[in-house]
Amino acid sequence: MRGITGWGTHLPYHRLDRSAISGVAGSGGGTGTRTVAGHDEDTTTMGAEAARAALRGHDGLHGPNDRPRSLWFATTEPAYADRTNATVLHAVLRLDRAVPAYDAVGSVRSALGALRAAGQSPGTSLVVTSDTRTGLPGGPDEAAGGDAAAALLIGAGDHVLAEIVAWESVTDDFVDRWRTPGAPASRLWEERFGEARYTELGAEALKLALGAAQIAAEAVDHLVVAGLHDRAAAAVQRASGVPAAKITDRLASTIGNPGAAQPALLLVAALESAIPGQHVVLLALADGADAVVLRTTEALASYRPHRTVAEQVANSGPVNYGRYLHWRGMLPVEPPRRPEPARVSSPAAHRNAGWKYGLLAGTTGTPGTTGASDPSNAAPVHLPPTPQDDTRTPAADVLGTIVTFTVDRLSYSLSPPVVFAVVDFDFDGGGRLPVELTDVDPGEVAIGGRVEMTFRRLATSDGIHNYFWKARPLRKSSREK
Amino acid sequence: MAANGIRDRVAIIGMGCTRFGEHWDKGIDDLIVEAATAAFADAGVTKEDVDAYWFGTAQSAMSGIALARPLGLEGKPVSRVENYCATGSDALRQAVYAVASGAYDMAMAIGAEKVKDGGYQGLNAFPVPGDGTARTVTAAAMFSMVAPAYAGKYGVPPADLKTALARVASKNHYNGARNPRAQFRKEYSVEKLRAMPAVAGGLSVFDCAGVADGAAAAIVVRAEDAHRYTGKPLLVKALSLVTGNGGGLGDPGYDYTTFPEAAAAAAGAYKEAGITAPRAELAMAEVHDCFTPTEIVLTEDFGLAERGTAWKEVLAGTFDLGGEVPVNPDGGLKAFGHPVGASGLRMMFEAWLQLRGEAPPERRISTYGKRSLALTHTLGGYPGEMVSLVSIVGTDQ
Repeated sequence: MRGITGWGTHLPYHRLDRSAISGVAGSGGGTGTRTVAGHDEDTTTMGAEAARAALRGHDGLHGPNDRPRSLWFATTEPAYADRTNATVLHAVLRLDRAVPAYDAVGSVRSALGALRAAGQSPGTSLVVTSDTRTGLPGGPDEAAGGDAAAALLIGAGDHVLAEIVAWESVTDDFVDRWRTPGAPASRLWEERFGEARYTELGAEALKLALGAAQIAAEAVDHLVVAGLHDRAAAAVQRASGVPAAKITDRLASTIGNPGAAQPALLLVAALESAIPGQHVVLLALADGADAVVLRTTEALASYRPHRTVAEQVANSGPVNYGRYLHWRGMLPVEPPRRPEPARVSSPAAHRNAGWKYGLLAGTTGTPGTTGASDPSNAAPVHLPPTPQDDTRTPAADVLGTIVTFTVDRLSYSLSPPVVFAVVDFDFDGGGRLPVELTDVDPGEVAIGGRVEMTFRRLATSDGIHNYFWKARPLRKSSREK
Repeated sequence: MAANGIRDRVAIIGMGCTRFGEHWDKGIDDLIVEAATAAFADAGVTKEDVDAYWFGTAQSAMSGIALARPLGLEGKPVSRVENYCATGSDALRQAVYAVASGAYDMAMAIGAEKVKDGGYQGLNAFPVPGDGTARTVTAAAMFSMVAPAYAGKYGVPPADLKTALARVASKNHYNGARNPRAQFRKEYSVEKLRAMPAVAGGLSVFDCAGVADGAAAAIVVRAEDAHRYTGKPLLVKALSLVTGNGGGLGDPGYDYTTFPEAAAAAAGAYKEAGITAPRAELAMAEVHDCFTPTEIVLTEDFGLAERGTAWKEVLAGTFDLGGEVPVNPDGGLKAFGHPVGASGLRMMFEAWLQLRGEAPPERRISTYGKRSLALTHTLGGYPGEMVSLVSIVGTDQ
């Protein structure tokens, strides 16, 4: 039976304190925090980070022979229209050219569609859901929204951690929220209308799925209810018959609602607290309802995600409301008086995709990582590869140490200052990259600090996004420190 | 194969240099004509007498036509030269080698840059289409990493190093204040410079070279012909260019306290010129003080101070106008300003004035009359990835 064989999540480092909103916007806000994508993040980069995390756990257990055979990417906020965004992830993950990569974008529900397609695909599939939620200043979506990405690996065999026992879906067309393409925020119909519709649809889908799985509501160990309509989700929970103690927290007080990423993110949060032999039910309320019944397997006991949702919730830094508004394009600020970055050459980016997206270093012969048998014989590792190098070695998951750094208040940035460091990678034979740091307070950077690589959007020029890598501090909660 | 050099085979017989600064009322053509006209007059020759031209500009113009048009040259070979901030020096190097080869009797090297038409502060490299992965931090940020690395390696208290860096800027402003062609002609105290806010690492705007428009030119002939034009020619002793391959950026052994390309260029130049004790032999040095830490490191790379001691020598006044080896007596990039393509020839212009006794008394180097050799140096790029050109000239055979 097919099921979930692994997962990875990405929560942006930044948190907006909702109490900061009303003082500026005059209304809105609330209590708790929401996650905020950095100025150098979008749904594609966050999705790439979640997917990397998923594959790091997966490859370690199952090896390269069980790499994904298809890739799906779902978001309401694609970085590009017309061209595929999943192909960027494909390049970052260095998937084989024969592995198809597809977008399913535009609605929260597209995430469920991608998951369902993956559930029916041959071999292992990787489904990446990612979203940034904005809303107008002072509005409900701004405060309730969150930014996050969650990736699920769907496959079969002994690796399955949670089998998909049943999947039922009901579809209904009604307009309770809407956003025309290009509009900055959704608009909402009177809330009670959507609440009534979703309460009915959720109950219907849940009943169908539990029936198909032949379990009673009382036997559900974890009920996850997702959807943009929070009141409806709460109402469906109350009416579900599942005891309140077994309902998964929607993480509204720390993350907010990350739209298309919410169903997979909350499912992961439930799985990270589940034990083998439990029933986990995902109920997603979006233009109808999808109800998925999963049963965890014995394999779950030994599965270690790269970084749990709880670890990432605990690992954060504040962003003030003004900077948040600026990052979202809601508050134009004085631009740096430097030339804007030139647009990326598409042919050059394509030729150098191994470096630009895959962060493949170059060397002659076979490099080892620190701790290998004979480090003294290791060939020098070059970032980027030189034309003389005949071998490529992945560097994205290799950690590094800050040798020296500087804070640049002169160069062009959407969020100055630029913190820039010389980083030595943990390769035998060296491997050094002068690189921009991100998710960092200039005051916390220190020589000797440990960093990890993260895929980011450096800039956008002429509408072309320039994706590349930055380094960011390895935080305390990271298990690999 | 080592560089054989062309010591004493070519001489400079005339030079010209505009005032450097924000020339809102002058275009690059005006600057070119002014510098070239001054050089022709200085050597007592005409544009027709010059057989070939090398025109250095980093990004203010394209091709030799940009020189032939304002000067109205007819049927002359003109090459445009670009090699980052070593552009002007490299134009001179090519003109000198062309004459040394016997291909031409007389050549001109001229460098010009019109920076202030760009609309932005600082220098901005022309964007070459690329994959978007190249570093985008400023040169100031890259060079700012030198100061903490230097302090760490040699155990210099950061506050003391900060004072030494301010002392470099103060010295160069002192010299610039005595130079009518300099962009900045005001003195600044060490205390005032130390208090400036940081813009890149620990560097303030006053740790950075002035950004200026300007042009400078030199006319060269074979040494044996020089006496026809001047009684005081400047003999070319060495021209040593080292072009890095960028390997330093990715080399875990590179520690940001030295510029290997600059050290190698100086070693090559000293060999060509027969210099064995530069601190005792050089009358002066014009070094590429694009940022104050750069000057400190360069004086060590050039053997003017022992490793780890240049900061103390700076504080002791070793490199002042009246010091043991005056460095940047014309104010340097710091105070004279840095029109990229012209800077190498501007440095040579100061050697031309100082070694031949034409610098004004208030700016005259202490070594005048006692030593006869000058070093000029330009670098382009960053720590770990640079071109570096060291030239040695002298008045004695």
